[in-house]
Amino acid sequence: MNNARVSGSLRNRLVLTLLGGAALLALLLVLAVRSHAIQVAQEGQDNILLASATSILDSAAIRDGSVQVDIPYAAFSMLSTPADDRLFYAVFQDGQFLSGYAGLELAQAGGDLGPEFRAGHLQGAPVRIIEASRTIIGTEGRRDIQLLLAQTQDALSETLDRISRDAALFGGGFFLLAALLSLAATKATIGPLSRLTASVTRRGPQDLRPFQSAVPREMAPLVTSLNSLMGRLNQTLSQSEDFIAEAAHRVRTPLATVRSRAEATLQRVEKEENREAVRAMIKAIDESSRAAGQLLDHAMITFRADHLERNEIDLAVLVRELTERLAPIADMRDLSLHVKGDPRVQMTGDQILLQNALRNLIDNAMKYGPAESVIEITVTAAPHPQVTIRDHGPGFPADEIETLTSRFKRGRNAAHTIGSGLGLTIALDVATAHGGAIALHNHPEGGACVTLSF
Amino acid sequence: MRYLVVLILTLLTSSAAAQNWEDRRVFNPEGRTSLRIISSTDTAFFAPLIDAFVATEPDVSVEYLVTGTTDLDQRFRDAPQSFDIAISSAMDLQLKLTNDGYALRLDGIAHPAWAQWRQSLFAFTSEPAVIVLNREAFEGRPIPRSRQALIEALRARPEVFRGRVGTYDVRQSGLGYLFATQDSRASETFWRLMEVIGSLNAQLYCCSGEMISDLTEGRIVVAYNVLGSYAAARAKYQDHIEIVMPSDFPTTMMRTALVSRRTKSPEAARRFLAHLVAYQSTETEDAPALPPLEGSEKGAIRGTIALEPALMTYLDTLKRARFLAEWENALIQK
Repeated sequence: MNNARVSGSLRNRLVLTLLGGAALLALLLVLAVRSHAIQVAQEGQDNILLASATSILDSAAIRDGSVQVDIPYAAFSMLSTPADDRLFYAVFQDGQFLSGYAGLELAQAGGDLGPEFRAGHLQGAPVRIIEASRTIIGTEGRRDIQLLLAQTQDALSETLDRISRDAALFGGGFFLLAALLSLAATKATIGPLSRLTASVTRRGPQDLRPFQSAVPREMAPLVTSLNSLMGRLNQTLSQSEDFIAEAAHRVRTPLATVRSRAEATLQRVEKEENREAVRAMIKAIDESSRAAGQLLDHAMITFRADHLERNEIDLAVLVRELTERLAPIADMRDLSLHVKGDPRVQMTGDQILLQNALRNLIDNAMKYGPAESVIEITVTAAPHPQVTIRDHGPGFPADEIETLTSRFKRGRNAAHTIGSGLGLTIALDVATAHGGAIALHNHPEGGACVTLSF
Repeated sequence: MRYLVVLILTLLTSSAAAQNWEDRRVFNPEGRTSLRIISSTDTAFFAPLIDAFVATEPDVSVEYLVTGTTDLDQRFRDAPQSFDIAISSAMDLQLKLTNDGYALRLDGIAHPAWAQWRQSLFAFTSEPAVIVLNREAFEGRPIPRSRQALIEALRARPEVFRGRVGTYDVRQSGLGYLFATQDSRASETFWRLMEVIGSLNAQLYCCSGEMISDLTEGRIVVAYNVLGSYAAARAKYQDHIEIVMPSDFPTTMMRTALVSRRTKSPEAARRFLAHLVAYQSTETEDAPALPPLEGSEKGAIRGTIALEPALMTYLDTLKRARFLAEWENALIQK
């Protein structure tokens, strides 16, 4: 039997695809959560910076002709963070530094600035900067007060680290769950395929019934094709069986006719050399007839063996009936068939096959047994139903006992005997089909001995 | 010891860079590693702590320099590389030093979040601002227990108190400025009190020490917003001194320490700070000593000035100018 060519694995492909998809989704999830968290956290810081800047600008006023900025205590207090972020600020009047950290510079020029956020670096630390302004009108005219407020981002980065860690854990958990689910999904998907495979494997080689159990829609075409293939095979096989039955009939009948004509001719032919020729002809016809019969027997057994008809039969009765039928042929060869043993041997089996097997074995015995000898057939019930056939011929060549049952193989000493070499093979097949065995040995007092046990 | 003092005095006067320190003392001069501490705390309060430190670290010599809080801030900013540790009672100035990047981050010092900032600035005492009174001036009268009661007492007998009420000159004293600004945040009573004190021709002081000296010696009879720790140290030996914790709202300062970012001995400085923090959290019977840090893991005791960036608010030049103008307006009446 040829092994199937394997190219990849459906299960692996499915698992890899699902796992890859899950990994990609988990990664996207982590990135999305992180970027969203960064945005939210940054918005939070920006909102506080804006509130602080607004309250500082709100405290600006013109007193006695000069600009006063009375920074509210809360303006800086609200910028307290768990990470104790540093903060820097500078107040400008019309772009001129007024108070705060002298080194800071406005990024925007001009008087009236809307609140604007930007990222920057101060004293080597990343900071978030807001710039905002407010216009106040005094008696001397209009004044623009600008404020730059900057805060380091330690708390923000701590928050982001925490969120990133949580998101990574979340993503990992998601991936793990998805992996488990994909394994389960793969198992569920591959399951029906495995079940179908198992049910195909479990079947006997001749079981060609269509598959009935339900399969998923995607597998239906496969099962349909399989069923139709088996249907065709079944048809072909039954046609072969029919053909064999037909052939048996068609070959045997003309051969029988030819043989009776030849015998009739033998009666009329006077000349000894002509009689000899006709006898040889009859012998050849016998050989052909026997070979055809054995071939047909063997073919039939091959077909029947797989759907054995198991009936209650009596092996002893079967053997006696068979010897009665074969008695005339034995007489012709001056042989006698003796049946001994138990009167009743019950067993279950296929009557036709058993008859075939026994007939072939007795046939063999008659063929090798010398004239005037006895063929002993012993039927016993215990310990197993068993039939032993013994002739008084030359016996089996000792070195060939093991290989004799192969098809078309004949013993070396059978050179002058009619036979196709199928007899033992047929008996072995029948024994095997019934769960039995065949044993060949030579009797100590001479002659071949075949034991068929079930 | 006397020899050492003479030696130090000689060194101080002979040195070209001789600066005018209020006090200067070297502990364990044999130590190979030297730590230079600039502090606003009188040496007497710190000596036991430093002695204990050099006892465990014989390799380290500690030079302890004392000056006022404003001067300290200025000197430290001018030359951060020449000091290893700055210790001051002016929380706002210290916080601003830290915010401006002068302080070194110290890992491995476990301290509650409310008592440290950026793991760089460490608070180690809780010291309330108190009113110190001379009992003799209140003979037969109730001792005022709150700012409001003090206002009434002062108003009732201006002839007794004229020229005999003292408080910080907030223009000179960083700690005085911190107390004044925090008082002004808490209640309008502060301004009324300032006006009353101003009307009595207040005596203004740069430092707690001098104010208490004048009080014990009878030159003044009321001192407002004095450091409780200093007052308590003196009152032990003076029966006529009464220390009053204002019952309306307390203002409590935390003394803070930081290690200069440009220190040459960061490891010794870190050990000193760890020692300082640990020393202040254990009870000691040595006197005079600094009061310990008070509060739980959750927070400081009520009325403690929070260690937060808002402390920088009153250091804003415009805000400061405005506050001082208002203060002068109230206190210095022409």
